[in-house]
Amino acid sequence: MDIRDIKVRVNGVEHACRVETRVNLADFLRHELGLTGTHVGCEHGVCGACTVLVDGHSVRACLMLAAQADGKKVVTVEGLTPEGGLSPLQQSFWDKHGLQCGYCTPGVLVSLTELLETNASPTEAEVREVLSGHLCRCTGYQNIVAAAMDAAGQLRADKAGKAK
Amino acid sequence: MSLAVEKAAPLRVVGTRARRVEDPALLAGRGRFVDDVRVEGVLHAAFLRSPHAHARIVSIDTSAARALPGIRAVFTARDILPALSRLRMPLGFPTKALPGNITPFVLCPEEVCYVGEALAMVVADSRHVAEDAVALIAVDYEDLPVLADCREALNPAAPKVRLEASDNVLTRFTIAYGDTAGVFARAAHVFSESLSTHRGGAHPIEGRGAVAQFDQTGALTIWSSTQMSHDLKFMLADMLDLAEDRIRVVAPDVGGGFGAKFVIYPEEIAVAAAARLTGRPVKWIEDRGEHFIASIQEREQYWDVEIAADAGGKILGLRGRMIHDQGAYTPQGINCPYNASTAVTGPYKVPAYSLDVFVAQTNKVPTIPVRGAGYPEAAFVIERMVDRIALELGIDRAEVRLRNLVPAAEMPYEKPLKIRAGVPVILDSGDYPACQKKVLDAIDYAGFRARQAAARREGRHIGLGFAHGVKGTGRGPFESGTVRVSPSGRISVYTGALAMGQGLHTALAQICAEQLGVGEGDIDVISGDTSYVSLGLGGFASRQTVTAGSSVHLAAIAVRDKAIKLGAQMLEAAEVDLELRDGSVFVKGTDRAVALSEVARVLRGVPGYALPPGMEAGLEASFHWRTEVLAYAHSFHACEVEVDVETGNVRILRYVALQDSGRLINPMIVEGQIHGGITHGIGNALFEFMGYDSEGQPYTATFADYLLPAAVEVPKFEILFHESPSPLNPLGVKGVGEGGTVPVAPTIMSAIDDALTPWGVRVTAAPISPVRLLELIEAGAHKA
Repeated sequence: MDIRDIKVRVNGVEHACRVETRVNLADFLRHELGLTGTHVGCEHGVCGACTVLVDGHSVRACLMLAAQADGKKVVTVEGLTPEGGLSPLQQSFWDKHGLQCGYCTPGVLVSLTELLETNASPTEAEVREVLSGHLCRCTGYQNIVAAAMDAAGQLRADKAGKAK
Repeated sequence: MSLAVEKAAPLRVVGTRARRVEDPALLAGRGRFVDDVRVEGVLHAAFLRSPHAHARIVSIDTSAARALPGIRAVFTARDILPALSRLRMPLGFPTKALPGNITPFVLCPEEVCYVGEALAMVVADSRHVAEDAVALIAVDYEDLPVLADCREALNPAAPKVRLEASDNVLTRFTIAYGDTAGVFARAAHVFSESLSTHRGGAHPIEGRGAVAQFDQTGALTIWSSTQMSHDLKFMLADMLDLAEDRIRVVAPDVGGGFGAKFVIYPEEIAVAAAARLTGRPVKWIEDRGEHFIASIQEREQYWDVEIAADAGGKILGLRGRMIHDQGAYTPQGINCPYNASTAVTGPYKVPAYSLDVFVAQTNKVPTIPVRGAGYPEAAFVIERMVDRIALELGIDRAEVRLRNLVPAAEMPYEKPLKIRAGVPVILDSGDYPACQKKVLDAIDYAGFRARQAAARREGRHIGLGFAHGVKGTGRGPFESGTVRVSPSGRISVYTGALAMGQGLHTALAQICAEQLGVGEGDIDVISGDTSYVSLGLGGFASRQTVTAGSSVHLAAIAVRDKAIKLGAQMLEAAEVDLELRDGSVFVKGTDRAVALSEVARVLRGVPGYALPPGMEAGLEASFHWRTEVLAYAHSFHACEVEVDVETGNVRILRYVALQDSGRLINPMIVEGQIHGGITHGIGNALFEFMGYDSEGQPYTATFADYLLPAAVEVPKFEILFHESPSPLNPLGVKGVGEGGTVPVAPTIMSAIDDALTPWGVRVTAAPISPVRLLELIEAGAHKA
């Protein structure tokens, strides 16, 4: 059994762990750290349910080994969630019915967070392009798009408010 | 049978676009799905699955697997049997109409009959080690001939799907009424066609999974991602020979079902048996690879049909033969072919009908309903045939439909067909012609020919298509609903219905809140846990708002009446002067009130003291609202597509869908159900193809090969509603979970045909791939 010692910062908390090299990042987050918000849907990199941010970039946690996260910063859906509330994007998902069973949702939230950080005014087509890396069997994507557009508007309004 | 829809005061909660009570936890990553359930000391299971579609197991050598460090047990059929009453699963819907020995085994003992069938199970300290051990199990197989194409099953010389089966055709039956022979002999026109729909998977993004734990008293708790927790409890009791009250089944958050979890699987029994034999909790989580080869599939049917019409395009009769691909085993019954064969006349008046149905076994994954359960196949057949009449007679497709639809004035309309409960198909309410018009107006059908001509001048090939769908919903015989007000004032709803993402908790909370004068957020809904209600059927057949909704509605009314009765004593007022609002019983028009918590506290009782006169204990009520009939929801869809005649790509430009599901409890949730349903239908029409070669080997067993529709392939849907309350239940509701899927494939095919009229293309099989479409275009070019 091949073992590595890694240090990884997850949602702002430093973890020093001993991991089997074959354990992927999704299983590590879920089963070693107990962060079960990250879901596993296909384990072959298509469905996007396990998407997390690694050093600010969206990554499919089923395609990355935990050992590869050594020295990196990882953010999961738990890390996107403010204490005792919801982020503007999460709030928009609630308001716009952007989720049904909620299984694909954490990964979708992660990818859209990345999008909104880099593009404050995405078009619906750009949102759909990002969503094309995610499979959702429940929603038909429409209300996810609506939620993303709504959140982008909220974030722009918040920013404008602060600028004043 | 008919209960008038309540003409009450304007609704406060029912009918609103209330945000879902389920969502905050799910959004924060605090959902609890089956793989999130934490159990101390849990072991992990993995299954050895057959790589052969048909083979005899000559020997299994598990010694190398057992020797691996971290392995706690390896079970073959023989090893697991001591924990079971028998090795073979019971039939899901017991019936004497089917032969014996047709169900799957917990672990296959002798003869594997499809790729993916489990024949051994490893239990280890980790899933990784369990899978390592699975790879070390050495099996000596002796290949047996394979039957992969269900049409071959009708050939008596074809190889046996299972050596024990007396016939590859599981059962054959005929659904018929009217003078079909006479009608066809006299009809002005008869058109025949071969139509087919293909196999697909349900593919919830969360696969199946189960965690089983025995406590020190021998009581079993099992968490399973299932659509039917009570059925799992009853089946576990039977298979493990345990008293039912020693078993608790909990469905935690379920990450979608779509039919895949509407049956009890061998793995769920195996996990419990392994927990019993190892004395440790055992978890098994299905991976996607397993879902492709071991979770049920549906929709492979071949219809050879003829339709008879008069000179004006009026349907006179429909007859033919249908072959349904049942797969290697029959875990549940024959509801898909039965539904399809009794649903095919759909929204139309068809005076004579006869269909010979062959339920054909194959060496492939077993089939049970996937979202739609035979209705999508039925809609595909009748809508394609109605288009055919239009095409042949040169009558507009919309007009042909109007000439054949059951008119609103004839509702309720009884068809000479029976559903499996033995009662007639009665279209209970609806206005099909009006719904058709509403949608065709919205999509500007009248202006389409001009748009199409303009597009063709630019070298673009656009087409417009439409189709009806009728779906029997609210399947009985009952669902449980309990409403309880606790002395703390908290209101709880308990039901045997099962939430797998639809927003069931929100809908039931709205229904309850409506009667109790509170908001939906004041109510906790607990579903899918057998420890709260003794009976339940679960989530399938677009049934839960109808059945559980009605039970909760009636229970909430009973609780309301009880609170008012006691409130009258406590407030020294007349019952008629009281109302429930803001969590209290008020004297109307005053601020005199007693809180529901106070009423509940009084009814909780005090040791040794009397309850108030005339009152029973507890502020709670339970109902098992029952039904045998179905509430028929109606959908009419229209879409505009553009076909790239160079690549065969089909792009959906516009999609307008009307749904009539009676009264809407929460229009926002209903829209969401329709969006998802249409998207599933788009998958069935254009993308989802579960391919098997002639040796029964699946060749589309990843999401890279088996394509689910993604966000860039689906358009923005335009949803319209028509509300024809069902007279069959106290809420006037009809189900909506599957309606969105039913008419999609024929809608899209009709649009594709319309786009390609210069080539005379007519799509007769779903899904249609770009490659196949190019072949049809090419064939048309040659003809021209």
